[in-house]
This record gives sequence, structure tokens and C-alpha cells, in this order.
Amino acid sequence: MTTMIEVENLGKRYYLGGQDKYYKTLRESLIRGLKRPFQKLAGICRQENEFWALRNLNFTVDQGEVVGIIGRNGAGKSTLLKLLARITRPTEGRAKLYGRVGSLLEVGTGFHPELTGWENIYLSGNLLGMTRAEVKKKFDEIVDFSGVEPFLETPVKHFSTGMYVRLGFAIAAHLEPEILLVDEVLAVGDMQFQKKCLGKMDEVSKSGRTVLFVSHNMNHIEALCSKAIVLDHSSMREYHRVVDAIHDYFSLMHSQMGERIFTHDNEQSQGRDEDVKLLKVRTVNAQSAKSDSFDQTESFFVEIVYQICQKATPAKAHFTLKSEENSFLFTASFLPENPDDFCLEPGIYCARCEIPGTFLNTGTYRIDVFFRSHQCPHDHFYVSDALAFTITEDLATNPFRVDFAGKIIGLLRPKLEWQNSCCQEQS
Amino acid sequence: MTTNNPERQPFLVVEPPSHWLEMRLGELWQYRDLLITLAVRDIKVRYKQTVLGIAWAVIQPLAGMVIFTLVFARMAKLPTDDIPAPVFYYAGLLAWTFFSQTVSGASQSLIEGSRLITKVYFPRIMIPASAIGYTALNMAISAVLLLFLLIYYGIMPSVTVLLLPVLALLLGMTSLGFGILIAALNVKYRDFRYVVPFLLQVWMFATPVVYPASMVPEKWRWLASLNPMAGMVNGFRACLLGKTPDWEVVSISAAVGVITLILGVAYFRRAEDEMADIL
Repeated sequence: MTTMIEVENLGKRYYLGGQDKYYKTLRESLIRGLKRPFQKLAGICRQENEFWALRNLNFTVDQGEVVGIIGRNGAGKSTLLKLLARITRPTEGRAKLYGRVGSLLEVGTGFHPELTGWENIYLSGNLLGMTRAEVKKKFDEIVDFSGVEPFLETPVKHFSTGMYVRLGFAIAAHLEPEILLVDEVLAVGDMQFQKKCLGKMDEVSKSGRTVLFVSHNMNHIEALCSKAIVLDHSSMREYHRVVDAIHDYFSLMHSQMGERIFTHDNEQSQGRDEDVKLLKVRTVNAQSAKSDSFDQTESFFVEIVYQICQKATPAKAHFTLKSEENSFLFTASFLPENPDDFCLEPGIYCARCEIPGTFLNTGTYRIDVFFRSHQCPHDHFYVSDALAFTITEDLATNPFRVDFAGKIIGLLRPKLEWQNSCCQEQS
Repeated sequence: MTTNNPERQPFLVVEPPSHWLEMRLGELWQYRDLLITLAVRDIKVRYKQTVLGIAWAVIQPLAGMVIFTLVFARMAKLPTDDIPAPVFYYAGLLAWTFFSQTVSGASQSLIEGSRLITKVYFPRIMIPASAIGYTALNMAISAVLLLFLLIYYGIMPSVTVLLLPVLALLLGMTSLGFGILIAALNVKYRDFRYVVPFLLQVWMFATPVVYPASMVPEKWRWLASLNPMAGMVNGFRACLLGKTPDWEVVSISAAVGVITLILGVAYFRRAEDEMADIL
């Protein structure tokens, strides 16, 4: 196999309080120029203001590999893609790229709202690095894939979000670079379209191209990637098994102690409208104390705190429970008595769901939280892996576990009713 | 097992910016389609949802011509080199309007295009450079009106009219040079948003647009010709209206214009690495 990307000691430094450094006016710049020699004499450096978004990154990627890049917000995932895409240049180190690089850091790169779909295909295609002739060759395929043919002569400002996203992805998907960088673009769009995109990306990698893929959605990472890199506080860990990387990622998330607060300027909250906002997700025990670890026999609660904004909305909280290996166990939905007149006035609510004891097996579980109303065909939002928690077991107190201390097989471990009676006595 | 042919050259290397003046002109050639696409986008967007559309290209210099004729020729009685005042002003304004529109359009273009710069890589210089498409089209349209003016006043261009394409090229280079330079500066120092309109206003009066170049005292001509627009406007007007340009002024101006373009491109290529972090 051939190496496509070689990253050596790559690092990027930013200055905190960027306003100070960057949006400077001429006057400030002149004053700073005069001050600098004196500051140097006085030993004042800006060192306390600097911050390394990434440092000492080393890895290689072979041809045909799909590498997932995961990590918490601010771990440097997007910075890494921006460096490889040449949008910004590194402060130290280097990356060697053995092929044409295409980047898809947003859907609909360069779209101008006033221009028609047709005009934007050429514009975006050129911006992404295709020549006019290449766009022309791929034009029909792009239109086919996006399914917006009837609207080609319509300015994209009149497009629905779905159409906009489909067209944007279609253009990028038909780029034919040897290396493709993709940043969380699948977060938008409906389930059906996401599937189509995942299929296309799979096809891209099967045809021998290399993909670097950033996502917060572990389902996507697991479905697509052949290896993964976890970024954490500007350092990195590389895994050849994606499951291990996901495990690592969740042990990072785990440190959040059973509670996650959403601030809505972060990318993970994936809000699709302004009607409902997720504020907090947490797990609490029977005494309402938050915790991220519960005994297998104890029951506990998942609490979803959310805000209905502006107008009354028929939004119902749902969550999906997933195992460590990313299998979906079940979806729990809050079902009101009468679904037709279920409507919440603006305010802050807390939906609480009890998970019974002796039901889940030991191990780490994760939940996806989403809001849906039956009148509304889309989710108000969908937060993948909103929270993780662990189920433990105290072997010493369980009289039945003296002879076997390993994990009992199964995703669930419910306590079920058994009857045991004698059918025929031995004579 | 990963094997790497030692002779295999990387397609590209991402590295910290070096301190060389690298123009990377080959890359600009690769992206030539993008330049055209961006210029076409600019033109389409500017004329969408306007009632008069392309007529605006003519209205601006036409209004300037009328005002200048009334104020400077009739009231202030400034000489116009024996050329009918409306033609004199219109020809001068044609070159000047092109220059000032290109410079102001290019200088704001990067701020307006900041979304692009932070999301995808391409030579950033394409954004300010593409501003010239719109202004060139405007100039071509307003030149049609000039043709009618020439016929109306019965002015016959002489053989010097053949120099027009060369002058147009030099004018384009000069305008681009300043536009690109100021665009790069504007990203870093937002003061330029306020400086540019003011600068252009003062600059117009330092350029023989409303007065003939012959009014400048002989011993100061060399200084005046350091203003590249002095030679451009003078040469442009002379070639259009069948006069002989002041070759000395034109050649000094042309040299200054070309140097500005080279410096502008060099500075821009140096500054563009930082742009995504600043915008």
C-alpha cells in the first residue's frame, strides 16, 4: 500500500484574545512596533496568551483508508482539516500530501444565494478545485444525485434547507481528489439523505481514494472508518480498531460526571429549528444525586432538561440507548395521554425517565437525545451521544457470582420471572 | 505493510510560511477558470434585482460629465485642451471610474468573501482580482456612449487610437495593483475601509480628470507623473480624441503602475497565509 498523507510534528498556535492581535488598526500597529523593543527588554512576551490548537501530531494514512477523527469540541479536529486543506498554515511541522486534496468543510461551499442552482454548481465546483470542463462532464451526475433538477433555474435562496444541502453535497461528492477531507457535513439533512451520503463516501473509499472524516456521530464513524484518531487537548492517539477509538472517546466524555450542559453555540447541539432547545442531559440515582455510574441492581433516571422557546410546540423527548459496540438497544419516548392536544407553552421543562434496576448489563452505555412531534416531519434536534454512563456490579454481594466473575453475555441483563417445577419424578 | 518509494514526490507539502517572497504564479494559472467564474458571479449578482440593470454603468459617468461640464467648464471656466468639454470629461471619467471602482471593489472583496476564505482553499488573490470583471464590463458599456459623443462632436481619432489596447492593459494592471495591495491591507487594518473612499476622492483631484495635464507647471510634471493615474488618464484621453499623449508622463506612470502590481501581488501572496486566521 502507498502512503497518501504523512504528518510530521504538525502544530498550530493561535493567540488567545485574537481580537487584540488580529483586528488591529494602523495606529495600534504603529504603537506596538514602537513598544516591541522595550517589551523585549522588559522580558514581556505574549506567551501567556498563546495556545496550541494542535501540537506534535504524527501519523500516516495509506491509500484507500478512511480515517475517523474524533474528539471533544475544541480538541483541534477542524484545525487539523483546515491545515491539510491549506486553508490555514501550520506554525510548525509539516504534512506531505501525495495527491490532489478536496475538502468538504461545509455543505454548499461558496453558494451565492442570488444565483441559480445551475450557476452555483459551476461556482462551487470551481472553488472546490474542479475546472470548468470537469464540472461540465460531471454536471448530469451531480444533478441526478442531488435530485433538484426541476429547480436548476431557481436562485438557491428559495431552496429548502434539504435541497440546498443535497446540491452542496452532490457537487463535493463528484470531486475526484485522491484525498478527501470531510468535516461533520452529514449533521444536516434528513436520515435518508445521510444514508445516501454515507453510501457515496463508502464508494469513494472503495475506489481507492483516501478519506479523513470528522464527526461527533460514532455511528457514522463506525460505519465508515477503517481506523481512527482521537484528539484530546491538542495531543493525539491513533487506533487501528475503530471500536477502541470510540471507547477512548467515551472515556473522555465520561469525565463529565453524569451531566452534560449544552450551550448552543457548540456544533453538537445540531438544532434544526428554534422551537426547542436542549439545555441539559443527566443521569441521577434514586436520591436525585447526579452520577455516571450505577449498580446493576439499582434503578436510576435519565433527565432531559429543555426549553420551549417563543411559541407553544408539540415536542416530545426521546432517547435511544446504545451499547459500547454501537448497537441500538431501544428508543424510549415520552408519550402523553392524548397526542393530539399535547402542546407545551414556552418555558423550561424536565423530562425524566426511569431505567429499572437489574435490566441493563454491566458496561458503558450511551444515549442519543432527540425531540420530535408527530405534526412535524423532522426532528427539532438530534444530539448523538449526548451522555454516557456505566453499569457496574459488586461481585462480592452477589451470592450467585462466586464461581464466575466475567461479563455475562448480552446487551441486556433483565431479571425475568422464572418458574421451575418438577414435571416427572424419577421413580 | 506500508512501503514508500523514496523517489515519490509529495503532491504538495503543508508547511509553516517561509519568509521568501513566493509568487507561485503556476498555481494562479491552474485556477484561471475560477477567476472567470468569480468575475461572472460578481457581474450577475450586482445586476440581479436592479430595475435599470446594466444602464447604471452609463448613468454614473454620464452624471459626472454633466456636473463637471456645468461646474468646471461653465462656471470655473477651466480649459479643456480645445476639446469640447463633455467629451473631455467623459473620456477622463471613463478611465478614472474604472480605476476607482476596481480599487474600491477589490479592497472590500475579501471582507465580503470571508466565508469562502475560511472554508476552502484557493489562491485568495482570485477574489480581489475578479473585481475587475465587473468594472471592465461597465467601462466597455460606457465606451459605447463615448462613441456616440465622438460622432456627435465630429472628432476623428488619429492613428494613436491603435495604442488604446496597450493603455487599457496598463490601466487594468495599475488598477489591479492598487486593488490587490489595499485588499490585503484591509484584511489586517480595517482602517482602509474609511481611508479608501477618502483617498480616491483626493486622488481624483490630483489626477488630470477635471483639468488638462497641460495646466500642471512644467517643472512639476515629473512629480505629477509619479501618480500612475496621471499618465493613464492623459494617455487614454489623448488616444481616444486623436491627440498625442505626453509620452514621458505616460511611460513613467506605466512603470509605476507595473511596479505597484508586482509589489501588490508579492505582498498579497505573503499576507494570504494569515487571512483565514484573521477574518
